[in-house]
Parts: sequence; C-alpha cells; structure tokens
Amino acid sequence: MATRARSTGKAVAAAPRDIAHSGFLAHRGGRWRKVALGLSALAIAVYALTDPQPRPNGGTATGYLLGSVGAALILWLSLIGLRKRIITTRAYSLKGWTSAHVYLGLSLIVVATLHSGFQLGFNVHGLAYLLMMIVVLSGLYGIAVYATLPAQLSANRNEATQPQMLEALRALDRQLDTAAQPLDKAEAELVRLSLERCDVGGGLWSRLTGRYPRCGNARARAAVQAIVDDRLRRGTPDARLTQILFLLERKDAALAQARRHIGLKTRLELWLYVHVPATFALLAALLAHVLSVFLYW
Amino acid sequence: MGEHYRIAIVGSGPAGLSAAAHAAKLGLSHVLLEKTDHLSDTIHKYQKGKHVMATPSQLVLRADLEFEAGKRETVLGRWGSMAAAAGIAVRHHAEVRSITGTGDPIPGSVQAIISRKRDGSSETRELQRLAPPYRITLADGDSIIADTVVLAIGTQGNPNLMTCPGGDLPHVQYQLDDPGAYNDEHIFVIGGGDAGIENALGLAADAAHGNVVTIVNRSAEFSTAKDANVKALMAARDAGRITTMTGTTTRVIEPGWITLDTADGEVRARCDRIIARMGSAPPRAFVEACGVEFASSDRLAFPKLSATFESTAPGIHVVGALAGYPLIKHCMNQGHDVVEFINGNSALLPADEPILEARFAGLPGDRSVAEWLEFLRANVSILNEMSPLQMREFMLDSEARAYPAGTVIFERNAPGSSLFGIADGDVLVEIDPANPAVTVPLAAGTIFGEVGLISGRRRGATVRAGSDCIVEISRSAALKLMSAVPPAAREITRITTERSLLQIFKSGLTPADLVDVIAAARVETVRAGQAIIKEGETGDDIFIIRSGSMVVEKTIGGKPVFLSYVPAGSYSGEMAVIDGGPRTATVRAAVKSDVIRLPGEQFRALLAAKPGLLARLRDDMASRTRLNSFIESKKDSFGGVVEMYTGVANFLVDNGVGEATDVLLIDEKLCVGCDNCEKACADSHDGLSRLDREAGRTYAHLHVPTSCRHCEHPHCMADCPPNAIHRGPTGEVYIDDTCIGCGNCQRNCPYGVIRMDQVPPKKPWLLNWLLFGQGPGPGEPDRKWRYKHASKATEAPKKAIKCDMCTGQSGGPACVRACPTGAAIRVSPEQFLSVALLDRSDD
Ligand SMILES: Cc1cc2nc3c(=O)[nH]c(=O)nc-3n(C[C@H](O)[C@H](O)[C@H](O)COP(=O)(O)OP(=O)(O)OC[C@H]3O[C@@H](n4cnc5c(N)ncnc54)[C@H](O)[C@@H]3O)c2cc1C
Ligand code: HEM
Ligand code: SF4
Ligand code: SF4
Ligand code: SF4
Repeated sequence: MATRARSTGKAVAAAPRDIAHSGFLAHRGGRWRKVALGLSALAIAVYALTDPQPRPNGGTATGYLLGSVGAALILWLSLIGLRKRIITTRAYSLKGWTSAHVYLGLSLIVVATLHSGFQLGFNVHGLAYLLMMIVVLSGLYGIAVYATLPAQLSANRNEATQPQMLEALRALDRQLDTAAQPLDKAEAELVRLSLERCDVGGGLWSRLTGRYPRCGNARARAAVQAIVDDRLRRGTPDARLTQILFLLERKDAALAQARRHIGLKTRLELWLYVHVPATFALLAALLAHVLSVFLYW
Repeated sequence: MGEHYRIAIVGSGPAGLSAAAHAAKLGLSHVLLEKTDHLSDTIHKYQKGKHVMATPSQLVLRADLEFEAGKRETVLGRWGSMAAAAGIAVRHHAEVRSITGTGDPIPGSVQAIISRKRDGSSETRELQRLAPPYRITLADGDSIIADTVVLAIGTQGNPNLMTCPGGDLPHVQYQLDDPGAYNDEHIFVIGGGDAGIENALGLAADAAHGNVVTIVNRSAEFSTAKDANVKALMAARDAGRITTMTGTTTRVIEPGWITLDTADGEVRARCDRIIARMGSAPPRAFVEACGVEFASSDRLAFPKLSATFESTAPGIHVVGALAGYPLIKHCMNQGHDVVEFINGNSALLPADEPILEARFAGLPGDRSVAEWLEFLRANVSILNEMSPLQMREFMLDSEARAYPAGTVIFERNAPGSSLFGIADGDVLVEIDPANPAVTVPLAAGTIFGEVGLISGRRRGATVRAGSDCIVEISRSAALKLMSAVPPAAREITRITTERSLLQIFKSGLTPADLVDVIAAARVETVRAGQAIIKEGETGDDIFIIRSGSMVVEKTIGGKPVFLSYVPAGSYSGEMAVIDGGPRTATVRAAVKSDVIRLPGEQFRALLAAKPGLLARLRDDMASRTRLNSFIESKKDSFGGVVEMYTGVANFLVDNGVGEATDVLLIDEKLCVGCDNCEKACADSHDGLSRLDREAGRTYAHLHVPTSCRHCEHPHCMADCPPNAIHRGPTGEVYIDDTCIGCGNCQRNCPYGVIRMDQVPPKKPWLLNWLLFGQGPGPGEPDRKWRYKHASKATEAPKKAIKCDMCTGQSGGPACVRACPTGAAIRVSPEQFLSVALLDRSDD
C-alpha cells in the first residue's frame, strides 16, 4: 500500500492532445499546404527576380540559396523515419509530421528544379535530381494509396483480424483433412492439393494482382466439382464428396478475403520499399553532389 | 454422537490452515474440516505455475506456517509438509452442511433470514439461535461436536449442480483443469457463460485430440458471456469445431449418453463426459443458516463481526476472505489471531496495527490507534454504526489527513471518486467558479466529495479547509461502507440528491428551498436501453442522471434519430414541466444508470417560487430545442446524413462509449494498418502494448479497438483483492504494482481490454536495431525473442496490464501521437457524441 499514489485533489490538466478528427492532409486546416505553397512561391519569386550571370544554375548565389534550402529539406524529410520509431514522451504529432512531410516534400519539386536552373545532365548532379524525383513521385503515389485503400481494407476485413482470418483457414484445413479420411487415394490426392499446394499470401505479383493461377484450392475445387457433377449426372451422388466440395467452396471464400487483405496491406506498404531505399540512395547522391561541387569547383 | 473438539475449523484455505496450525501448536483439541481431498482449494485451483504474491509487503506475517511469494506448487507443497509436521488434524472429504447449537435457545437471539427468489419476491424465515456447543453435520451424514467454530470457507461457494437424473454420475465434473487431457471423447459443456465457453474452446482447440465438443446453453443467446468469448465461440462453431445447442436443457444423464430438451424436442446423444459450468452459489445462504448475520442484504456485504472475529452466533468465528479480507497474508494472520482470541488472549493487537499507526502518524492530537478509530467513528455521522473491526478494515483502505485552514482539499474538475468525512473543524465549498470568495461552509460530522463517488465524474467544486482534520474515504472503502451500513448508504444518497440539485440548477437555490422536492424524490435504477421518458407520452417528472448516461432520440420520418447524449450530472425532462405538452423525445439509458426522479408537481411549485430557476431552465430548453431543429433541418435536406449520424451514435453507445470517459477511436478511412499505435504503446510501457488495434467492432468505417475506455464506474475495480486499481490524477484508470495477478479484473472488464502478462526483457537500444539490426525492433517483442532473452534466474510474475492513458508522459496518449495519418484519436464521449459527428457523416 505504500506504493499507492495518493490522490492530490488537484485538477491536473490532462496533457494537451489533438482531438481533431481530421486526416494528415487536412491537419490544422492545411497549415503545411500553405507553408509549402508559400515556400514554392518565394522560390519562384527569387528565381524570377534575380538574373544570375552567365545563366541560372546551381553555382550562382540564387543557386546556392535554393540548393541549401533543398538540401536542408531533404535531410529533414528523411528524419520522419526516426520520428516514427523513436517514441518519446513529450508532445509531438506524427500526423503533423506527415502533413508537413508531404507538402514540403512536394515543394522540393519547385525548389530543386529551380536550383538546377533546368540544367540537368548525366552526372552525379543529375543522378541526385533523378533520385529525388523518384522519392517524390513514389511519395505522391503513396498518398494516392493512403487515400483510397484504407476504406477498402476496412470493408474487406469486416471486423475480422488477420490472425482470425488465418485461423479460419487453418480450421477449414483441419475439417478438410478429417473429411478426406474415408476417400480413396485419387480423391484424397485432390484434397491434398488444397491442403498442401495452397499458399495464402503467394508471391509479390500474386499479391498485387490478386491472381493465384496455381492455387491448389481452386484446382481441387474444380476437380472435385467435376467429379460431383459427373456422379450427379449418373444418378450416384456422393455425400462425402459433396461435403468436401462445400468445404472447398468455403475455403475459397475465406482465401479470397485473406488474400484481398494481404494484397491491400502489401499495396499500402510496397511503395515505401521504393521510397525509403531511394531516400538512402538520394542521401548518398546528395553527399556526392555537394562534395563534388565544393572539392572540384 | 460424534467426537467432541474444542475448536472445529471449517475450510483449509490460508485462513483455516493457519488457524489449525496455531491450534496444533498451542496443543488445543481441534479438527480441520476440508471439503476436497487436498488443502487450500482456492489456491489449488489457480492456474498451473501461477506466481502467488505476498502483499501487502509491510504487513508482518505472524502465522505458524511460512509463506512467501512463489509458484503455486511451491507454496502448496510447503504448506502440505508443514501442516503434516505441525500435527494438524485434517479431515478431507468433509464438507460441512450445517452447524447448529446443541444448547438451550439463546433468549432474544433470533435471526431473520431473507431469501430472494428469481422472480424478485422474497421470503423471510426466522431462526432461533441455540447456545454452543455446536453440532457440525457433514455431507456424508457424520457429525462432530465443537465448543467453538472457525468458519474459513472463503467466498468461492459451491458450483451449481446438475439436478437432472444422473447428475451425480462420475463423468459429470464441475471443473476443467487441463483441457489437453482428453482424447477422442464426446464432451458436453453445460452453461454458456464465460467459464463454459472458455472450457469448450479449450477442449476443441487442438483438433488432434479428436474430441467432439458441444456447448449447451439454457437461453437462446450467450448474453452473460463477454463479447470476445462469444465471437470466438461463433467462429469455432462456424469452423465446425464446436456444436452449440441453445434454448436447450438437460433431461437425463446416463453412462455414455445424454438426453436434452431442445426447442425441436428431445435429443439423445453420445456423451463420454459432462463439464457443468453453471456458475456458483455464494456461500451466504449456508453461512446465514448457521446463525451468522450479514451486515446488509447487499451482494457485497460481509458478516457482522466483533473485534475478535466472533459473529452474531456466539462461538462461531469468521475469518479470511469470507470476513472481507481477501489477501493470503491477512487470512493467515487472522487464522493465528482468532485462535489466540478463542484461547483467551484478549490483549492481542491485530497484525495490521503498525499499518494503522502509520496511517495516523503525524496527525495532531496524540491518540492511539484505538482512540483514533473511536474518534472518527463517533464524529463522522456516516461511520457511527460501524463496529471496531469494521473501522479497522475501513481505515486500512482510507486515509486520515489534517488540512491546515485554507489549504485546497480538491479542485473543481479534479478527477476523484473518494468520499471525505469531516471529523473535526469545517470546510468551505466554493460554489461560484468565477469567484472563490463565495463559499458555503460544511460542518464537522458531514461528508463531501459524494458526487465523484456516485457519478464517477470529476469534482464539481473546489473545497478548501476552513480548519483542521478530515478523513478521506477511498472509493472501495466507501462502497464497502455503503453495503455494510445501510443507514450510511441512505444518508449518502440523501446528501447526493440535495447537493446535485443545488449544483445542477444553481440559480441561488438553498437547501431550504428543496425540502419538498427532495422529500418526494426517488432514486431509480434503469437498465441499459430502458426509457425513462417516452416521446408522445404525458408526464412531467424531471430526471437527474446520478450515474451512467442517457441518449435522447426523436422519431423523425418514422425512424428514431439520435439527438444528444446526456452524461451523469445533467438533467432531462424539463420541457414538459415548462410548456406542459407531451414529451417531445425519448430518453433512454445508454448503460445501466441511476436517476433521481423529481415529481413534476413539487418541481412546478419550486419553479413558481423561484423565477431565477425557471429562467435558467428556459435557457437550457431553448438551446436544446435549437439543437433538435438543427438536426431536423439536416434530416430534411440530407436524409442519409442524419441516419448515418444516428447509426454511428448508437454503435458507439453499444460499444461502451456511454460509460466511457476516454475512448480510443480509429477512423478506418484513414488507418493504413501500420500498427504504429500498438508499437508506440508497447515502447512507452515496458514493451507491452495495451491495445489491440485490429480487434473490436466497426461501423461505417469507425472502429472501436480493444483498448480501455476508462469507464466512469470501472467494472474492473469491482473485485480486486489488493485494491490495486485506481483512478489517477488525469482521470485514467490504472493498476498499481500491488497487483497479485489474480485475473479478476480481466474477467470483470466487459470490453476485454486487460491482459495478464509478464514484463518482457529489455530490448537493445533502438538505434542498434536501425543501424545493425540488433533486437526485435520497435513494438512488442515476439514470444520467441522474449523466451530466448528471458532472465533465467527469476521468472517475472504475470500481472494485469492495461492502458494508463500514458500518464506521466507530457505528450499525452502515445497511440495518438504516433499515428501517422490521424486515424487514431482518444476522446471523451461528450467531445465525440455531439453535432460535430454530423459533419463526419456528411462525407
Ligand atoms: C486466481 C486468483 C489468484 C489469487 N492470487 C493471490 C495472490 O497472489 N496473493 C494473495 O494474497 N491472494 C491471492 N488471491 C486471493 C486469495 O487466494 C484468497 O482470497 C484466499 O485464498 C482466501 O483464503 P480463505 O482461507 O479465506 O479461503 P479459501 O482459500 O477460499 O479456502 C476455503 C476452503 O474452504 C473449503 N470449503 C468451502 N466450503 C466448505 C464447506 N462447506 N465445508 C468444508 N470445507 C469447505 C474450500 O474447499 C477451500 O479449501 C487470489 C485469488 C484468485 C481467485
Ligand atoms: C526528397 C523528398 C523525400 C524524402 C527524403 C522522403 C523520405 C521519407 C522517409 C525516410 C520516410 C519514412 C518511411 C518509414 O520510415 O516508414 C517517408 C515516409 C513517407 N513519405 Fe516521404 N520523403 C520525401 C518526399 C515525400 C513526398 C513528396 C511525399 C508525398 C507526396 C511523401 C510521402 C510520404 C509518406 C505518406 C510517408 C509515410 C508516412 C508514414 O506512413 O509513416 N514523401 N518519406
Ligand atoms: S479496464 Fe475495462 S472496465 Fe476497467 S475502465 Fe477499462 S474498459 Fe472499463
Ligand atoms: S489488478 Fe486485476 S489481476 Fe491484479 S490483483 Fe487486482 S483484480 Fe487481480
Ligand atoms: S493511451 Fe497510452 S497506454 Fe493507452 S493505448 Fe494509447 S499508447 Fe497505450
């Protein structure tokens, strides 16, 4: 009881928190959108109002200015990866970070392009620009995915969790296994197709397209369906096989849900596998770009 | 005639065993009667390997048996060998069925026993107590004579038995220790509560065992079980692993077969084993029949006891959990003490004396513990009826504090559910938030803080000390007090009613104005979903929501439309009193609630006398009418929006938001499934996440994940032996480190948000993972990693773990901060169940 905290009777203000029910794009009434638009406008103004000699490029005063801003932005944009994972106790909002990240990231298109003075070549400088554009465009694609897929993910889930979906499949497998015991060898082989040759997630291509052409369950189902139909036509229906067919159909539906789930999750994540490695490449190229400028003037 | 003993001890739990050990040591003639074939059945039934905890740590153990924290098996093993060595006379398989005096009738000692029936009616039976010695009759018909009896049977009670023919066959069992122990059997689980469902799921978990499991439930729905359990059961049924039979009762049990009455007639089925989980009957009826009176008819009440644990039946003593002390150490000390008392030692001070001394240390007045207890009992009116033993127990859960004049005791809007009693001096209540100088004094003897206790909401006013000493009564102590001392409960109710009226209506009312209204006021309990006001009906009573909450609905275009949410501490029904028309909306309880009904007649008289009050009610009514017409206008222009709004509001209410103070919601139109919320939760709390994002219900893309709602009246607090669950300074419900891991709170939380787990080993620094891939990365480490890196020396005990709303983290809830898209928010129902919700439904 010594450890029990005594109530102090103080009206301790709860830690301030964001209760606004708005997504990251609309965070604080689009504050970062405005900042990013302002920054882009400023960059265009500086570019238009100065008339560097012999021609606009990275080496002029304007170029240095825009370059520094761009480099600082890139460094800051990369830090979101750390912010996301280092959970500190002070107030911060990852949603605010994402909002700023997205809009400021887009303003880089303006800042960096102006910095280059539209002079791009096949060299380390052009490479940095190219990588940056890859990161930005993948980010843009990410936004599109974030905007459209969550609602589908939620609807498809229908209150089931991923472990529950997988458990449902395992349960169906167990039932299939039991139901297959009395079958003869050839028929049991078919059920084995569903049990052993059926990969829920499948390869990347399958996940993205939702196509599983070699799905053991689908093959088993087609084959068993044929046998059942055939028996029916011959007037000798087989209750055991009808039961198997029923289970295979249910497994089909369960598989479809689980695969849609996994497919959607893959699409929600996959772009980050371009975005993040390209960020690292960009950081390396950026370093090379800056060093080469300063060392080999 | 059976053997004659000096002391018969009934029940061999920690209390009874310790009593027997002490009797053996003192060489007193004794017998220890135990129902089962082993000692200490409650502890025997803990889950395998459960870490038994020895709290409170400051309490010295004065029993003859040793006890220290450790595995269930170790504790029981040591007790077993020590009991044998001490020469305790145990009689196993000795279930006591009745205890009656064999002496003459004791003049004037008659006990009224009230038994309540299912249909709500009750029956009173009178029992004339007879003087000792007592005849103790056992289930096998044997009997024993004893001068004194120590009842230490705990609170478990007896499982409800199968009463159909064949219910006593050996393959009918009432407990399932190891679901993995059965193979290829046809098993019927009877009873669709949580215990039955969990057993059925356990039996069917591994198909390799080949069991055919059927669960039989009397009613059509599994309404008494937790949602998560029902869902798991339905999934298992759909997967064909379990058969469910609802609306079914058992007719006959025969070896190998069971016959059931179903809705479609009789069914006979193969059956090798029956596991009956139909709840258990508390031991109260048996105890009362022994002549032991309980403090009140409340379900939570304990027997009335003297300072030597003697009950109203002379010579029958009650100790242990049944006496209201659920911790093992307390039980053992009492076992020792009660034998000392019986043996004539009247000078013995209870073992909790030092703890109580510490409670009063530093207070002015220089009194001994006994003097302090008497001082408080005599001075605080609601404590007047307490016995010395009750006062001791009461003080263990409470605090005595001296406040110098002028100090703030609590501030307006501070969370707090404790009650204060003024033992000496007086306090000042600031009734005008704008002007602290306007105060009302409360004199010694009375109480304050009752609003927080009853409604579960924040403090309504700042209270300052006028002078001197006050005692703070914790929520659990106050609830125990109310169940033990009915007059105290009535007094608290009266004061709450008066003060809530003053607080809600303000308008310069004084207690004198309210006398008639309060005399006519009635406190009513309303079931969830039940309406207190029905649209279109006449009636002009006004209702004050004392605890719980209400939703207001109106039928528009033939469909009920959600209008607003009324939290505890507000009122409803004023329109009819003012304009005299029929009710314009339906008001129904969102959760089980208590309301105060103020009859319209008296209230109208009050309104006539107090124009200020009328003006205030008119204002409130005007703003409520505005809201109604706003929603109606929306309905005309965009029909679907209002339907959606109603749907979402009802969904949230169904999912416990109506009793929540703070709930985590996830907008699934924004949630990308990154689980950063769970990872953040784990990383800011010893590596264990307190929320399950994916689990939980969803409606119109609004998801209520499995995470604590910080209920106004937390169900989890109901039955926590060490009282480890509290409401913290920012309103969060948290569990402190005195938790003994009994799992009661997990069972009691209807939302399944508490998990029992052990703190995982520390992870390497995050950067080591980022740079070198060391450790499991952010979030909760997986089982394999935990197992591999677990410390070999000491095994961490499993404790209850739940959301603490990230108290102590200045940034607020980590789950919300760490959500990259803004899908996760933590809000109070008032913040969310408002018109703002209409905007959400707009898109
Ligand atoms: C899951 C769980 C975990 C817990 N963990 C802890 C912990 O870690 N630390 C802690 O301090 N406390 C813990 N507790 C609380 C503690 O176990 C009990 O409060 C304590 O055992 C009560 O002791 P008792 O002697 O009063 O009664 P019990 O231990 O309940 O013993 C009563 C005995 O009486 C017998 N009996 C009942 N009726 C009759 C009858 N008519 N005739 C004859 N015999 C009868 C029963 O078979 C039983 O053996 C836990 C409780 C639970 C449920
Ligand atoms: C050069 C510019 C950019 C850099 C260096 C950069 C870098 C990063 C990095 C390192 C992450 C962390 C990913 C993770 O740890 O999971 C990230 C996430 C993200 N980025 Fe960018 N990014 C850039 C531009 C953009 C742009 C222009 C957009 C959008 C238009 C964008 C959208 C996002 C989004 C939506 C996330 C995911 C946030 C989350 O789910 O936590 N990024 N970016
Ligand atoms: S743990 Fe459960 S009962 Fe307790 S406050 Fe949280 S939601 Fe309510
Ligand atoms: S917090 Fe829960 S598990 Fe821990 S002692 Fe209390 S009721 Fe038991
Ligand atoms: S508020 Fe804190 S403890 Fe509660 S779920 Fe969120 S992160 Fe976990």
